[in-house]
Amino acid sequence: MTTFLQQLVNGLSLGSIYALIALGYTMVYGILRLINFAHGDVYMVGAYVGYYVSLRFRGDEPSFAHALLAMLVAMLACAGLGVVIERFAYRPVRRAAKMTSLITAIGVSLLLENGGQLVFGADPKFFSSAAPHRELALGGVRISSEQLQVFVVSLVLTALLLYMIHRTKTGMAMRAVSFNLDAAKLMGVSTNLIIALTFALGSAFAAAAGVLIAMAIPKIDPLMGIMYGLKAFVAAVLGGIGNVPGALLGGLIIGVAEVFTVGYLSPTYRDAIAFAILIAILLFRPQGILGRVEKEKV
Amino acid sequence: MGCWSLGALLSGDLLPSVVVSPYIVQILTLAGINVLLAVSLNLINGFTGQFSIGHAGFMAIGAYSSAFLSVNYGERLERVFAFLPGSAPRGAVLLLVLAFGAVLAAIAGFLVGVPSLRLRGDYLAIVTLGFGEIIRVFILNIDAIGGARGFSGIPKYASLGWVYFFAAAGILLVYRVVHSSFGRTLLAVREDEIAAEAMGVDTTRAKVISFVISSAMAGVAGGLFAHYLMYIHTNSFTFIKSIEIIIMIVIGGLGSITGSVLGAMLYIGLAEGLRAFERFRMVTFSLLLILIMIFRPQGILGRREIFRRRRGGERPVVRMPPGKA
Repeated sequence: MTTFLQQLVNGLSLGSIYALIALGYTMVYGILRLINFAHGDVYMVGAYVGYYVSLRFRGDEPSFAHALLAMLVAMLACAGLGVVIERFAYRPVRRAAKMTSLITAIGVSLLLENGGQLVFGADPKFFSSAAPHRELALGGVRISSEQLQVFVVSLVLTALLLYMIHRTKTGMAMRAVSFNLDAAKLMGVSTNLIIALTFALGSAFAAAAGVLIAMAIPKIDPLMGIMYGLKAFVAAVLGGIGNVPGALLGGLIIGVAEVFTVGYLSPTYRDAIAFAILIAILLFRPQGILGRVEKEKV
Repeated sequence: MGCWSLGALLSGDLLPSVVVSPYIVQILTLAGINVLLAVSLNLINGFTGQFSIGHAGFMAIGAYSSAFLSVNYGERLERVFAFLPGSAPRGAVLLLVLAFGAVLAAIAGFLVGVPSLRLRGDYLAIVTLGFGEIIRVFILNIDAIGGARGFSGIPKYASLGWVYFFAAAGILLVYRVVHSSFGRTLLAVREDEIAAEAMGVDTTRAKVISFVISSAMAGVAGGLFAHYLMYIHTNSFTFIKSIEIIIMIVIGGLGSITGSVLGAMLYIGLAEGLRAFERFRMVTFSLLLILIMIFRPQGILGRREIFRRRRGGERPVVRMPPGKA
């Protein structure tokens, strides 16, 4: 039972990372109907920015303030990166055929991965945590401070996002653009601004996830975004793409499923389980757990 | 005699390997394999309009299954065909194991295609990607074919000649399929799935058939790859490989057979040419991909072919309104 609970804790902590990344996928898809393949790589860039910031500014003792600083700087940097990607790669192809924008997204993703190898070096770097390490023992279950941080940050950010979407004017504009881009534009919503904001927010969340996981694992490399990105996308689809609470739910489910597969089945199948779940969900409930069916129109 | 010398050419006996350096031969051979992959993927992505990004998975199935057969039964099969002259027995075994790989890849394509081709657009992309990864992970876990160590000791049955023979056969096959009445069904599905369905086209069936043909061809390409390099590892069949094939057909033009050939050749040529700038190679490719999508999304040739058909005139081109598809 203790093992089970321990696995559950590990799974929820990994799942919160997937959830944070999945939020960006779900927001962009909700607004543009575009799978932002580069999103996982933005997460990677976030981890690197956090790494360099914490390297530069850390004091003698690791402290939460430094960790928070690293995370905020990474979030800001990636928000900028997200806006740049949207402006120069996605906006020119926004009205083109779907396959065109999909291939553009793949191109941006490859550019970030290979550019990352060029700029940051291809070999992994070790991210010694900027935050102090503590461990909490509940019965036989041990929860590390990193796991707790990940979980709390993802819950807080999701809550903030939900508040913004449903209670603010900007959020209303986002919902309008997601509902119908052209109609929103006619109603006076400056759609380009809203889309840029969506990219900025999603990328900032991915950066937060990147810094958090880098402190927990603690190894980062320029290709780390591929698998996390794909699994987070699966999480977004599982929860119902375009649906914010769904992304959180999907992320947690994928995380727990993955940790259980590693613990009870075989570690070699850890990368296959997310895709198996994806295929099952697409066959039996393509709209996802919390998603709505979208009618296909001529 | 004529037949025999064809066999000898195919097996590489008559190739002037003295004149051309082995390096050039290897590049040309790998280019040929990529031509086959690109042409086959274009059938599903370019002519049927279904965005599949798991092609490397089917290539892996063909590579591993044919290699499994020739490593374990190759010598016995060669003895069965020993009555044939010269190097023909080896060629016969190659044909046999490639057929085996193609059939298994086709079965895999069917199993993947039936559930996933009901999905549209980007969901299909993700599912094929997922299947590609699952196939790779499963191969990694089968010890009889080397698992994580890679699969070595594969007899070198394939050669430059064989590769180009199959590349030509693949081109011919796709050409014939596209210009058949079934091919017009595929184009209808590509242009407008809902309209095609309304006209009585069983769209899922058409997509599955096209997917199965494409997978079988990828299986053959994989088999050639295995029997040329004599060693395979799952690292050769990752998501990156699938993306490479996509880059080739996008550069050449989705929906153009000669475009795929051109794209594959250009890609391999550029990749080799830029080898001196190894670190910048993939950055260049990814930038190129983005720029092509922004400025010339139809690729170099678009849907045109280098050689037009004389009779019958051009296919009517249906223009899609922007923002659709």
